[in-house]
Amino acid sequence: MAVAGETVAAPAPPRTRLLGAERVNLVYWALVLVPLVVLVVFYIYPLSRVLLISVTEPRLGFGNYVRIVESTGVRRVIWTTTWICLVTSTLSLVLGYLLAYAILHMRSGWQTWMMVGVLLSFWVSILIRAFAWITLLQTRGLVNNFLLDAGLISQPLALIRNELGVIIGMVHYMVPYAALPLLASMRSIDARLVPAARGLGARPLQGFLYVYLPLSLPGIIAASILVLIFSLGFFVTPALLGGGRVIMLAEYIALQVNETLAWGLGTALASSMLITVFLMLVVLARAVSFRRLFGAA
Amino acid sequence: MDETRKGPGFILVIGAAWLLMLFLVLPIFVVIPVSFSPERFLSMPQGELSLRHYRELVDDPTWGRSIRDSFVVALAASGIAIVLGTACAIGCWRLATRFTESVRVFMLTPMIVPPIVHALGMHRVWVELGLIDTLAGLILAHAMKGMPFVVISVSAVLANFDLRLEQAARSLGASPLTAVRLTILPNIWPGVLAGGVFAFAISWDEIVVALFLTQRGVYTLPRRIWDGIQDNISPTVAAIGVILVLATILAVLLKLLWDRWLASRGAAESL
Repeated sequence: MAVAGETVAAPAPPRTRLLGAERVNLVYWALVLVPLVVLVVFYIYPLSRVLLISVTEPRLGFGNYVRIVESTGVRRVIWTTTWICLVTSTLSLVLGYLLAYAILHMRSGWQTWMMVGVLLSFWVSILIRAFAWITLLQTRGLVNNFLLDAGLISQPLALIRNELGVIIGMVHYMVPYAALPLLASMRSIDARLVPAARGLGARPLQGFLYVYLPLSLPGIIAASILVLIFSLGFFVTPALLGGGRVIMLAEYIALQVNETLAWGLGTALASSMLITVFLMLVVLARAVSFRRLFGAA
Repeated sequence: MDETRKGPGFILVIGAAWLLMLFLVLPIFVVIPVSFSPERFLSMPQGELSLRHYRELVDDPTWGRSIRDSFVVALAASGIAIVLGTACAIGCWRLATRFTESVRVFMLTPMIVPPIVHALGMHRVWVELGLIDTLAGLILAHAMKGMPFVVISVSAVLANFDLRLEQAARSLGASPLTAVRLTILPNIWPGVLAGGVFAFAISWDEIVVALFLTQRGVYTLPRRIWDGIQDNISPTVAAIGVILVLATILAVLLKLLWDRWLASRGAAESL
């Protein structure tokens, strides 16, 4: 055997070291590849099935996608989803930015309390929050009762089972998701730059608009795309606070699959959602490095 | 600096931030008064307080069962996520090739894809594998969802870890796995733990995948709450809500103490 001949010819010590290095790498490659294979088999493969079903059921071809474009019902759902997502993301981003900026610049004693609040609202169960909002906003809820008792209104306001309720619930959920990455990116801004601009004669607002805001732009882009992606796929809050009257895409997909067993249409919508999310990620990858984004989270 | 801080614009920003904080936190606490209401329907207590909704939690066996199911699933799923996520992060860090860098980004897929999309795909594949409505099936699905968080937090800790420590161990004759066990793991365990806690929390509160992968055989707490809200908005949900909110507050306070401890430990080491 050629290999055995080589072993005899080669000097012993370097050969052992070489084998050792190869074996080390083998171990580390195993550490990388085993989780990768598990992910591909139990996660990526199921995802690929979604794409596959969308072009094979009920029959081969792009019929399901044609239905998405042609059906007025589907178009209405997509329209509702789009505008609720845009409004929610914009509000969450503005409020998250304000919160992050305030936390970073307030007294450190207050900072801790603010962080407790942000983390609490970040972690509390999404279902419990939806429940709390139902309690507050329903026809005989706390808000309506209070306003009625105070004589400010004579009829209960419709605060739930409509777009308003869904947006309130979603913004409430999304503000910490916007604030936390913004906070991480704002921490890396050199705190001496705005005072320097002020020293050169800039007014406070100018210092913010021309120095701070541009420096925080990568964080804004990252946070806005994260929030957009999350709100696009939002299921629980729209389903519970929309009360069947405001139907967003994720709930509509679930209805297609569970109620009408229309797997073809459901998976075609899911695939479109998936592709949209990945296109957003491409934009995000161009704007900021992934390592910084996720290393900070 | 001080001059900017005390300007009227700045005071306005701080005031708005406190208002925003009230908007974020106060609604959560509405579950507390509601949970003590003596009525069978959702209401604020009018004078008289009652523990009947807490009694309901104990008397109705479906609640206890769902807590047990959720706990088992979250524990097992975060265990798998910890092992796979840590292994992947260590391997990628040590090899540090272009390929492993892409692997590390690729491993984050489950946290970006909308849950409804992978729920559909998993449903189909789990039916074929006979995993639908089984603990193993849901554990596996939740492990996939938790893995990215472990990869992220372990990678973050490894970024500050000196590669030469591992090389020193190797040159003293340690096998690769021994080197990992004796030099890497003792130094990265805070990241492992943080990622594991994240993975546990993700599974504990997960509903969309659970709705698609389980029916009667496995009944997690989020599904029980979901059903509780759907059927006439049961006030029992408020009672479980109080327990969950208190647990979350405890977890947040522990996390802040933990951060402080890590910081003091880091400061002590750098001295």
